[in-house]
This record gives sequence, structure tokens and C-alpha cells, in this order.
Amino acid sequence: MLQQIIDRRLAGKNKSIGNRERFLRRYRGQLQEAVRRAVDQRGIRDIERGEDIHLPKRDINEPAFRHGAGGARELVHPGNQEYVRGDHIERPQGGSGRGSGQGQAADSGEGEDDFVFHLTKEEFMQIFFDDLALPRLARTQLAETPETKSHRAGFSNAGTPSNLSVIRSMRGAIGRRVAIGAGSRAELAELEARLAASVLAAEPLDALVRDELVARIDALRLRLRKIPYLDPIDLRYRNRVRVPVPTAKAVMFCLMDVSGSMDEARKDLAKRFFILLYLFLTRHYDKIDLVFIRHHTQAQEVDEENFFRARETGGTVVSSALVLMEEIIRERYAPGEWNIYGAQASDGDNWHHDSGRCRELLTQSLLPKCRYFAYVQVAEEEQNLWEEYARLQEVERHFAMRKVTQAAQIYPVFRDLFKSEGAIA
Amino acid sequence: MTTSVAAPTRPSPAARRLRPERSLPAAPGPAVGSRPAGPLPDPSDWTFELLAEYHEKIRATASRFALDTYPNQLEVITAEQMMDAYASVGMPVNYRHWSYGKEFIANERSYRRGQMGLAYEIVINSNPCISYLMEENTTAMQALVIAHAAYGHNSFFKGNYLFRLWTDASSIIDYLVYARNYIAECEEKHGMGAVEDVLDSCHALQSYGVDRYHRPSKISLAEERTRREDRLAYAQAQVNDIWRTLPKRPDRADDIAEQKRFPSEPQENLLYFIEKNAPLLEPWQREIVRIVRKVAQYFYPQRQTQVMNEGWATFWHYTLLNTLYDEGHLTDGLMIEWLKSHTNVIYQPPVGHPAYSGLNPYALGFAMYTDIRRICEQPTDEDREFFPQLAGTPWLPAVHHAMRNFKDESFIGQYLSPKVIRDLRLFAIVDDEHEEQLRVSAIHDGAGYRHLREALSHQYDLGNREPDIQVWSVNLRGDRSLTLRHTRHHNRPLHDGAQEVLKHVARLWGFGVNLESVDAYGDVTTHWSATASELVST
Repeated sequence: MLQQIIDRRLAGKNKSIGNRERFLRRYRGQLQEAVRRAVDQRGIRDIERGEDIHLPKRDINEPAFRHGAGGARELVHPGNQEYVRGDHIERPQGGSGRGSGQGQAADSGEGEDDFVFHLTKEEFMQIFFDDLALPRLARTQLAETPETKSHRAGFSNAGTPSNLSVIRSMRGAIGRRVAIGAGSRAELAELEARLAASVLAAEPLDALVRDELVARIDALRLRLRKIPYLDPIDLRYRNRVRVPVPTAKAVMFCLMDVSGSMDEARKDLAKRFFILLYLFLTRHYDKIDLVFIRHHTQAQEVDEENFFRARETGGTVVSSALVLMEEIIRERYAPGEWNIYGAQASDGDNWHHDSGRCRELLTQSLLPKCRYFAYVQVAEEEQNLWEEYARLQEVERHFAMRKVTQAAQIYPVFRDLFKSEGAIA
Repeated sequence: MTTSVAAPTRPSPAARRLRPERSLPAAPGPAVGSRPAGPLPDPSDWTFELLAEYHEKIRATASRFALDTYPNQLEVITAEQMMDAYASVGMPVNYRHWSYGKEFIANERSYRRGQMGLAYEIVINSNPCISYLMEENTTAMQALVIAHAAYGHNSFFKGNYLFRLWTDASSIIDYLVYARNYIAECEEKHGMGAVEDVLDSCHALQSYGVDRYHRPSKISLAEERTRREDRLAYAQAQVNDIWRTLPKRPDRADDIAEQKRFPSEPQENLLYFIEKNAPLLEPWQREIVRIVRKVAQYFYPQRQTQVMNEGWATFWHYTLLNTLYDEGHLTDGLMIEWLKSHTNVIYQPPVGHPAYSGLNPYALGFAMYTDIRRICEQPTDEDREFFPQLAGTPWLPAVHHAMRNFKDESFIGQYLSPKVIRDLRLFAIVDDEHEEQLRVSAIHDGAGYRHLREALSHQYDLGNREPDIQVWSVNLRGDRSLTLRHTRHHNRPLHDGAQEVLKHVARLWGFGVNLESVDAYGDVTTHWSATASELVST
């Protein structure tokens, strides 16, 4: 009887995943809009989680021929309490959504409720960064030429002589010789035994039989001698394969102005930008180092907590941060091994003699080492730092700058900076 | 009042030929063996061995009641798998479409929020009959599900005339596998968007893809495959033939041809008509139309036998488990547990109750089968008046007859008894747009029984529930437009969504499509039209 009950619990679940993908694909436009709205409202720390998505029901309705309101119909209901035949009842107000009478046409009542469902974190991030890409410069050097490493992978029967594995080849040859010669050797031993026995025996063998025996023994000996000592099929070569190794080591420098003029609101804008960039980079690299540099008149490297929390006062010398960044790169992150990204946020306020120096530092030492350098100004007015950087932007392709004054602008600006080339959003 | 009740409709000759009624025992068979020493154990966590024991007991009891079933295949699944099964209309395999994804998402959400319990079981009309048991169920619930699905529903699938005529239990799984692979192949060849377009349009017409009167032929998977190529080529040739524009010869024969209507008679199966005649469809698109049509056809009997099917299964889990209890196989605790869910299942909230959403098919069906048995065993004078052919006869053949030869509409028309009407306190309301107020046309009293029975029977008539829309004509010589005609029943108009559906029809047809709504006098009252290019492709 037991075989009539089948345990299917381990047979795959998520059979509907394909259907879900098709559903998401169909409502992609609406989803992107919803994700955009969600990001604007979210705090930074929890940006990386799922989201409830609302779609208007009429958008996802599947049309079918149905009866509309009107005409005459008779419906039977249960649970009569008070009515007798001929009673008149006020028509319930509220159109088709009346409580009774919906029995047979349950889904014809069209509420304007939303269809709500939950996007998983992965799906959310997928849509969030949809059609964004690292600028081309970086991409060609990263994704399309992955580094490979040679690994031993057993033995193969083809290869170059320099890879010949003598031991493996000889071992194979012995095995082959033993196997091929086994039958002949057994027969030979038997015949030789018979010959020897006949010599010792009282009655010698008939000369004819004896000659035949000797001839057969000679033939077998010859055959055994002809088994090749080493045959081409014995040859084994050390096999090596190339496996791609994740070269993707990236470092992201976050540079922020923490001088007196950067208030909490401005820092919050900067923060959001850094987080976006961080999330975005984590999708392209397995391992990312983060370096936080904050500065007022002097720059210092700090941990994340201090970077976002601490507040300083005083003037601003932006170049101090750039100098520190350059030093750190020289000490710890060789540009040949690391993909270096820079993101700088400031309110644009700078000691006026310093801005020119910032531009020089960038052009001469930093930009050549960076994959991408983005500058975000979290204030409206254009001061000399903005002007200097604007000149830089015209000549350097992997330098970008934007202004952000409200939280809602962060995401569009970010998309603008990283939109995949060729696919202009 | 004299006995003027119509005799129960005898099974039609066709149904008889199909299945000579086996001689049913007048009473259930006797219990085999002596009374057991003690009941079966009832730990709340089930084991496979225990399930097998319960299954064996239930099977033996069911055979005493002459329940004839397909072989049973019980499968234990998890809640997630149950939701997967929900999403693909209860089938173990189905082709992929976004609407199933939507369904899954909606179910999953309400399940997670606790708004919806999952069904305890899903049963598939296939041979062998597959019943899904959910892992979370307790032993008592598994016993209930086995009795309900594996013997109740299963015997209904095998016995009811609609299922016998319209579905082929042995080939449905194969066909769905074929459908799934074919559609996946099309997606690869022609792109997901193109396939989705066709499927969307077909789904919009799903209810109009069934033959209501012709019986479809049974085709196995192997035949289906070998015949596909031929059919596609042939169908394409046929279509071209209809649209062939021969050089005109100026003789009278041509004039006659011009007046000939096409189709010569209105066609009710819109998808079939489109599959065979749409001028611009590619062969693979025709095949997809056909797949949707076939699947719709398979579900057609289920839509017409909801009350009967659920009532039958509920009646039998109730009867089988009670019999087992009476014979000492089940413990009191197990009985209390399944009776509680049984009571929930057959609960009928009264009108006006927040939970009210129409008549509960379980409640109505269970009440009716139970009452047929009561009428047979303990008839009253009223029963003798209403059901002279039932009162006092053996109950087992009576319920089997009622299961085999009816659909909801005729079942209610035949068997809804005054007692059930009173118990459920049924009443009918007329909603006429020409009247200011709703009017109570009948209640559960002597004057109302027959009226209520008739009204409820009509309510379950699919022909009443769905607007009657048929292919009316095709403009062969002009713009090739297709005209559909909606015939109003009780002057009920079409829902505004008709325009949307019409766009889908136009996409399949490839040329303009008109829809006329015709009132009782034959006058066209409303007119919609759509052109082929109105829907944006995805």
C-alpha cells in the first residue's frame, strides 16, 4: 500500500518563478516608477531591502466578456430573516459593490483597490540599478578581460612533450603489457610445464608432438616479445586549465567636507549619494574597500561611524583631502591591482586660492589612477570650486559632477551619472 | 395539491450507451472482518505508515458503498508547492504566463498575512487521480482529505456524465506537458512578447473557447505530436482557400457566392473559429489558440458541476468517516477534529453577513445529497408529493444516479427539496432596472418552493451566467471584418470591459472586429468595434 503515497515535498518548489518573472517583466514600467518613489522616501541604512509595490487593479485586469449592471435578473440568497413574498427592498447604494447579489458575479465588481505585492530585495535592487552601468572606460578593463590563472587539472592524453608525465605514461604501459600478454603468458607457462614434465617422465613424448610443442612455445615467446614496451596510447600529459579569477578588487574613496557650513541636511544628501554608489559598486565587485576621508582645513581618514556622525567647525581646504587620498593610494592601493573610485561631496565652499590647486591635483595625479571620479555639490550656488571643476569636466571623460539640493534629486542624478552608454534613459 | 412533479430526467441514450449503469447494490456492503480491538492511533503528526493504514480502511469502506474510482495517487506536498499548484489552475504542470504569476503573488500575499488558509487538498481529474495532501495537515485532516478527494471527487470524475463526455483523464497531464513545451519553444523562436500577446488575447476569450454541444475527440500525446505538423499545414491551406481571390468571372454564379454568408450558421466557439479561419495567424499562433481552447474545454465540466462535485465529495467524507467510526476504527478525538473543519466548510453565512459571498457550493451540495438520502430512508408526506420516485427507495442507487446524470443546473432543478430550501432559508430577489426597488419574488414557503428551485437552477446555468456571444458573420468581399453578436438575455447589457476584449479579438483576427448587442426584438442596440492595431504589443 505504501507506494500509493508519494512524498513530493522535495520535488522542487518555486515552480511559479517563471510566471513571476513574466509578471514583473510585463509591469516593468510601473515597477521602476514605484522603486523610484520608494527610494526617495527611504532612509539610507535600509535602502537594501524589498518593497511593497502597489499596482492599480485596473492595470492588471484581464478582460473578459461579462454582464454589466442593468437588465433584469433574479438571484437566490440564503438566510432570509424578515422578508415575505412581494416585499420591496431599497436598492443598495454604491453601484456594483453591493453586499448581496454579487454571488454569481463575484469578480465583476471592480474595486479601485491596488494590487499589492512584495518585491524581494534582489528584485528591488535589480530594478533599482536597471540599465545603469559603469562608465565604458572602467567596464572594458574589468568585466570583459577577466584575469585567469592556470590550474592543474589531472592528466590528458594529448599535450606538448614538455608536459609529458613519465611516471603516468610508464604506469599505463606496464598495465597494458600485463593485460595484453596475460593470455599468451598463461599458455606459455602451461606448455613449458608439459615439456619439462615429458623430459622427466618415463615415457618420452612422440617426436612429432614434441616438435609441435616446441614450435608453439617459440611462437608464443615471439608474440610476447612483440608487445611494445611503450605505445603512443600510453602517453599521458599533465593537464592544465585556465580558470578565471575574480580580479575585482575595488576601493572607493569617500571624500566629504565636514566644515561648519555643511549642516545635517547637506551631510544627509552626501550620505545618500555615497550609499548609492557603494551599493552600485557592490553589484560589480566581489570585494570593495571603503576609505572615508573627511576634511575641513585638514583631512583625516576615519571610520564610517565618524565619517557620517562627527561634525567639525572652521574653514575649508578641499585640496587637503585630495592630497591624503593620493597618499593612501600610493601606500595601499596600487592602481595596477585596484579599481579606484572617488566620490567627493561638498557644499562648494572652499578657500578661494585652493580651488585651482584641487583641479591640478585631480588632473595630474588622481584622475589617471581612478576609474571614475564623481563630484556632488550639495548646495545651489556656484563658487570657485564648481567653476574649476567645470573646466575639468570638459576635458576629462571619467570625471563627472552634478548638483543636488534635495533628497529626491539624488537618485535621478545618480542614474544620470551612471547611465549605461548607448542606452540613454 | 396533486403530484404534478416531473419525473427525474432519465440519462440520455448517449450517456447510457457510453456507460451502461452498473447494477448498484441497494444497500452498502457489510463490514469485512470482526470489529477491531481498538481504533487506529491518532497522533497529530502523521507518518507514511499511518496514512497507508487509514487509506486502506477508507478504501475498503468506499468500495462497500460502490464508489468507483480511478487508481489513486496520493502526493504529500508543502505549503509552497500548494501555492504553486494554485497558481497553475491546480494542475501539476502548465505553460508559463504572467497571469499565473499574478495569481501566485496574490495567493502568497494573503496566505502570508493569514487572510487565507490554503485548501487542505487539490485533486486532479487525471488517471491515475492525483490528490495533493498538504504536509501541515494533522492525521485527522489527512484522513478527511483522503476520503474527500481520493474517493469523493475521484468517483465524481469517473462517474459524472459531463466528465465522461468532455474530458479525457488519461491524457490531460501529457497534453499539458506538451502545451508547456510547445509554448516554451515558441517563446524561444518568436520571443516572449509575441507569445504573451497571443496568450493574452486567447485568455480574454477563454470562456468562449468551448464546444457546448459537440463532443471533442480524445487524442493522446503521441498522436497529437505526429498530427500537429499535418494539421498546421492543412489549416493554413484551408485558411488560404477561404481568402483566395480568384480573378472574377462575370457570370451569375459569382453573385450567388457573394450573397452566401460566412459562417453559414452562427458559431459559439470563438476560439475554434479563429483558429480555423483567422486569415493572418501564423501556424504556431494557431497552435497556441488551440492549446488554450483545449485547456478551457477540459475545465468546462468543472465549471458546470461545482455544487454537485463539492457536495458529493463532502457527503462521502462525512459518510465514510462516520461509518468507520461506527465500526470502531476511529477515535473520538479524531472525529471531533475533522468534524470541526467539516462544519467550517459547510458553513453558509446568511445574506448581509460580512462573510457572505453567495451560496456556498459545499453547503448546498452537501445538504442536497444528505437530503436525497433522508428522502429515501425517512420520507415525509411532503417528500412523497415532491419526490414520488425517490421516497422509500434504496438510497445508494439514488445518490449515485443523482451524481452521474446531472450538472448543477439540472441537479438543482431536479433535487432541491423543500426541506433544504427551508433549512437554508432561501429567498429570491428580482433586480429589474425598470423597477424602483428590488422585489422579493419567492421565499421558503409552500408557494415559493418551485419558483425558488427554478430560479436557483437558472442561476447555475452557465448560459445565463455568461453573456451569449457568437460569431455572426465575416465580410468576405470587403474589409474582411468579423462581426460578433451578443444576444441579450433578460435585457442584461454587456460590461464596459467588452471593448477591451474586442481589441484582443481584433488582434487575433488581424482585421477589424465589430460586436453588436441585440435585444429581445432582434434590434441592434449597442455597437462596439475595434481595429487590429489597437493593442500595443508587449
